Amino acid sequence: MADKEQIIRISGVNPLKCMKCGKCTATCPNYDEMEYHPHQFVYMVEHGEIDKLMASESVYKCLTCFACVERCPRGVEPAKLIEAIRTEAVRRQGCNRLKADDIPARIDDDMPGQALMMATRKYTR
Amino acid sequence: MTYTYFPGCTLRTKAKDLDHYLRISAEKLGMELIEPADWQCCGGAYSNAKDEIANKLSSVRIIMDADKNTGKVLTVCSACHNVLKRVNDDLKNDENFAFKVNNYMKPEVPYSGNVEVIHFLEALRDEVGFDKLASMVVKPFTGKKIAAYYGCLLLRPGKVMAMDDPENPVIMENFIKAIGGTPVIYARRNECCGGYAVMEDPAIAAKRSGAIIENAKDMGADLMVTACPLCMYNLKKTGPDTGIYYFTELLAEALGLKED
Ligand code: SF4
Ligand code: SF4
Repeated sequence: MADKEQIIRISGVNPLKCMKCGKCTATCPNYDEMEYHPHQFVYMVEHGEIDKLMASESVYKCLTCFACVERCPRGVEPAKLIEAIRTEAVRRQGCNRLKADDIPARIDDDMPGQALMMATRKYTR
Repeated sequence: MTYTYFPGCTLRTKAKDLDHYLRISAEKLGMELIEPADWQCCGGAYSNAKDEIANKLSSVRIIMDADKNTGKVLTVCSACHNVLKRVNDDLKNDENFAFKVNNYMKPEVPYSGNVEVIHFLEALRDEVGFDKLASMVVKPFTGKKIAAYYGCLLLRPGKVMAMDDPENPVIMENFIKAIGGTPVIYARRNECCGGYAVMEDPAIAAKRSGAIIENAKDMGADLMVTACPLCMYNLKKTGPDTGIYYFTELLAEALGLKED
């Protein structure tokens, strides 16, 4: 299991810089799909609640759009924290989010190869 | 003006128009494109985890290759552009990354740090010049209200992409003016279409993209333009009359190069 220090190291994010203004969550285009919102990721990492985040569906709902990164007044970069947790989650044995068997059902004739490349990068190890 | 042109995988398959119209327009505008013989995929998406090195090496190879010839990597796909610009920035500014890459690749000549990764829009603005472009337009989009859709990958992270003000960009609007159209400003022009999450849950992409199109139409857009094949796919999926085109197609048309 990943610990707090590891998440901080691979994300490069310092959660202590957060002033809990909530702007990241307010600006997140996908916040309504998440149980834990970007500002909660920051807070929960600070408090070492990594396992809860790793087990949550929310970690797969981030679009890596970097709106929260650009708009955080403290330069906290929540998206990098979320991706670090996701990366650790999919690195666990048998925990790829996108299974090879599921792919054919998820693509169609118009879908650009870029979608599969990006999804592979973001949902598998 | 000579460039190492990196089209990327998707421009060989589903986004042939983005590539084709770029090539014919570039020729008309006096830009020489050299396509490396054996390029590989850029990696598709930049991995933000600092301990992910291997999946950035194909981008490193493209950059090192350009270092030996033109010194300029020209891209147009928003995703390739994002990955290549960020990896180039890491090579220049992240010592740990550069050290590991050098250990692994053992290049005969070390990276000079001088390669620039530029987007075709940046080349039009900074090297061709929008004024010169405007003077070459033969079929202007007069009276057409055109909404630029930036999405997320072109502009962010702003410090690294450094293409324009990430919160109040003007580059695509100025391009639209250069081809004779009227730019439409709308709030969601730099919000995400749902991106790769379409593979996780197509409903997410449909909601995010639907909101963008609705916003552009509410503000009076007749057409929309994008530089991203995945934005194009997600936006088109929301319905039949989205009126979204690659900006290169409008460019070629304005220059009188589009075959009817
Ligand atoms: S925007 Fe930045 S400072 Fe504000 S809550 Fe989010 S991470 Fe913390
Ligand atoms: S990067 Fe993720 S968390 Fe941040 S605004 Fe975008 S979708 Fe929300």
